[in-house]
Amino acid sequence: MPITETAENPEWDRVVTAKSGLLDLNLAELWRYRDLIYLFVKRDFVAIYKQTILGPLWFLIQPILSTLVFTIIFGNIAKLPTDNIPPFLFYLCGLVAWSYFSDCLTKSAATFSGNAGIFSKVYFPRLTVPIANALTNLITFAIQFGLFLAVLAYFTWKGAPIETSWRVIVLPLLLLQMAMLGIGFGCIVSSLTTRYRDLAMLLSFFVQLWMYASCVLFPLSLYPKEWHWLLVLNPMVPVIESFRFAFLGAGTVEVYQLVSGAVVSLVVFVVGIIVFRHVEKTFSDTI
Amino acid sequence: MDPIIKVENLGKRYRLGVINRGMLYKDIQSWWARKRGKEDPHSPIRVAQTGGDTGGQEFWAFRNVDFEVKPGEILGVIGRNGAGKSTLLKVLSQITAPTEGQFKLKGRVASLLEVGTGFHAELTGRENIYLNGAILGMSRSEVRSCFDEIVEFAEIGQFVDTPVKRYSSGMYVRLAFSVAAHLQPDILIVDEVLAVGDAAFQKKCLGRMDEAAFKEGRTILFVSHNMASVRSLCTRALLLSGGQLEADGPTGEIVDCYLDKGVLPPGAGNQDDSDLARLKVTAIRYQTVDGGRTVEVFVGQPIDIVIEYKNKEVLPHEEISVGIGLHGASADLFNNYSHYSGKLFSQIPDKGAFVFRWPSVDLLPGHYLLGVRVVVRKGLNDVEVLAKSPPISLIVSPADFHKGGSGDGLKFGLIAVRGDWKLVEG
Repeated sequence: MPITETAENPEWDRVVTAKSGLLDLNLAELWRYRDLIYLFVKRDFVAIYKQTILGPLWFLIQPILSTLVFTIIFGNIAKLPTDNIPPFLFYLCGLVAWSYFSDCLTKSAATFSGNAGIFSKVYFPRLTVPIANALTNLITFAIQFGLFLAVLAYFTWKGAPIETSWRVIVLPLLLLQMAMLGIGFGCIVSSLTTRYRDLAMLLSFFVQLWMYASCVLFPLSLYPKEWHWLLVLNPMVPVIESFRFAFLGAGTVEVYQLVSGAVVSLVVFVVGIIVFRHVEKTFSDTI
Repeated sequence: MDPIIKVENLGKRYRLGVINRGMLYKDIQSWWARKRGKEDPHSPIRVAQTGGDTGGQEFWAFRNVDFEVKPGEILGVIGRNGAGKSTLLKVLSQITAPTEGQFKLKGRVASLLEVGTGFHAELTGRENIYLNGAILGMSRSEVRSCFDEIVEFAEIGQFVDTPVKRYSSGMYVRLAFSVAAHLQPDILIVDEVLAVGDAAFQKKCLGRMDEAAFKEGRTILFVSHNMASVRSLCTRALLLSGGQLEADGPTGEIVDCYLDKGVLPPGAGNQDDSDLARLKVTAIRYQTVDGGRTVEVFVGQPIDIVIEYKNKEVLPHEEISVGIGLHGASADLFNNYSHYSGKLFSQIPDKGAFVFRWPSVDLLPGHYLLGVRVVVRKGLNDVEVLAKSPPISLIVSPADFHKGGSGDGLKFGLIAVRGDWKLVEG
C-alpha cells in the first residue's frame, strides 16, 4: 500500500492513497515489525520440531540420500570430473549450498498462496514472511552445513587433496546473495501465482532444471572457457563455485563472475520486491 | 480537537466477472484462439466479446466517502448487508488498497477483522500470545508487560503452556480475544468480532472496549449488525447505504434513522422493471406489541414483524399469501405463511404493511436471519413469487424466560421451551 511516512506529511503518521509510487518500499515499517519476523522464525522452527520426531533428522537424510544418488550416477557410472575432489564431498558441498537457495525460492514463492487467510484478515508488512522464511532456512542450512563440515573433516583426515582456505569468510556474503536471489525470484513467482495458479506446479520442475545448470553436479571447468561468460549469467554458478573454492580449494572463480552474480542477484531482488509490494495491495481482492 | 482519522473521497471498485482465467495455459489458449480469429474457448456463452480480459462489469463497494474521526470517539458503522461496511474497514485496515481518494491516520492502528488470526495449533498458549500480538502490531516487550493480564482475562490459567490444539473452542476464542483486547493502538478497527464466546464473555469484552475508549482515550471504529451493542458502545455512527455515506451523527439518531427505513432488502430500489415489481417489500422492522419500534427481541416476549410494501398492480381476484422464514446458524427453524392459518389477502391497497404477530419468541439468544416472501396462490401447487427479500438479522436477547431459576436455561439446543416439573410417587 502506498504509505508515506511522516517526512512529507508532518501532521499525519500515515497517508494511504489510491495512487502508488514505484519505490514505496517502506523499510522503516519493516524494521518496526522485526519482532514479528523473529516470532515467525520461532513458530516455523518450533512447528518443525513438534510435528515429527524425525523432523530435524530429515534435514540430514535428504542431502545424504541425494548425494549418494549423485555419487553413484554421475561419479561412478557417468564418471564426470569433480575437479579432483572426492565425488561424495563434491556433490554434498554443492547440494548444501544449493538447497539453501532452493528452499528460499520455493518458500518465498508460496508467500501469497500459503498465507491467503491471514493476509485477508490483518495488515502487517507482507515482506516479513519471505524474510522470516530466509532466516528459518538458515537453521536448516546450519544443520546440513554441520554435516558437510563433518564429511569435510573426515576426507581431510583421510588425506584427500582438499585445501580449505581463509576464503571461507565469504560464507555470510554467499548466504546473503542466495537469500536475496531466492527472495527476489520467489516474490516474482508468488506475485504471478496470484494470477496464474499453475505456475506453482511448474516451479519445482524449473528449480530442478536450474540446479543442473548451476554447476552443482558438474564443475564449471568442465565447460570450455570461452563459454563461461554465458554460464555465469546464471548467478548461482559463481555462488556454488565460490563456495566450493573456499571450502575445498577447487573451482573456477573470477572477479567478473562474482560481480555479474552480485549484480544479477541485486536486480532480481529489487524487481521482486517492487512487484511484490505492488501485488500485495490488491492481492486480497483476487483470491 | 484535530481529527485522528481523515477520510477523503474514498472509493473501492471491484470488477465483477472474469478478471483472468486463473491459469496461465487458459490465458494462452484464449490469446491463441483470438489470434487465429476463432471463438475464445473460455468466453462465457452469449456474452459479446468486449475485447481483452478486463471487459467485466464494475462495481463500487463504496464511493465518495468522507468523514473525520476525533481522538477518543467510538464510531459505529452500520448499514445492511452489502452496504460496503466491511469493505470500508478492509480498506482502512490496509488489507486492500482504495481505488480512489485517500485517508490519513495518526498514531498506531490495529484492526480486528477476526480474532485469533495466525494462531498456530502446535504452539502453546504462551507462544501464541506473543505471535498473535506481533501480528496485530505489538512488540515483544509490549506483550510481556501485559502478559499476565491477558492470561487472566482469558481465564486459561494453568493451560498457558499447553498447545492450543488441546484447548476447548471456548478457551481458544477467549485467548484470541484477550490478546486483541489488550492491544494498545491509538486507533482500533473492529468488525463484529464480538459475536464470539458466551454471553458473559461478550459482556466482559464490551466492557473492556468501553474502558479502552474512555480511560485510555482510544479511538475505535466498530462495525456491527447488533444495534444494541452499537447503541450502548458508540458515541457517533455512520450509516452506509448502497456504498454511499447516507448519514453521520449521534448514535441514537442514526440508529433510529436506520430502523425507520427498516431494513430495506438490497436491490429493492432498482427492481421496477422486473416481474417482481408489481409488489415490492420496502422495509421490514420489528415492533413491540404496543407499537413501539425496537431492535432487540427478548426470549419469550411477543413481537410484531412489520413488512411494509408498495404495490403497483395486483389483480383483485388474486389471492396473496405472505410468509416469513427464520434461519439459525445451524438450521432452518420454521416458515410461516399466512395461508397456513387460512389467511389469504386480496385487493390489497397501494401501500401498507403486513404484520406478523409472533406471540412468544421461544428461541435461544443469538443471531438469526429472517426472510420474507410474498406469493400469489394460483392453485394447490402453483404459486407465483411476487416479492422476496434477502434475509435480515433478528437478534434475540436473553430475558428471564424461566422465571428465576439457575439461569442455565438458555444455553443448549435450538429453541427455548417452558414447562413445569413435578415428582410423582409410585
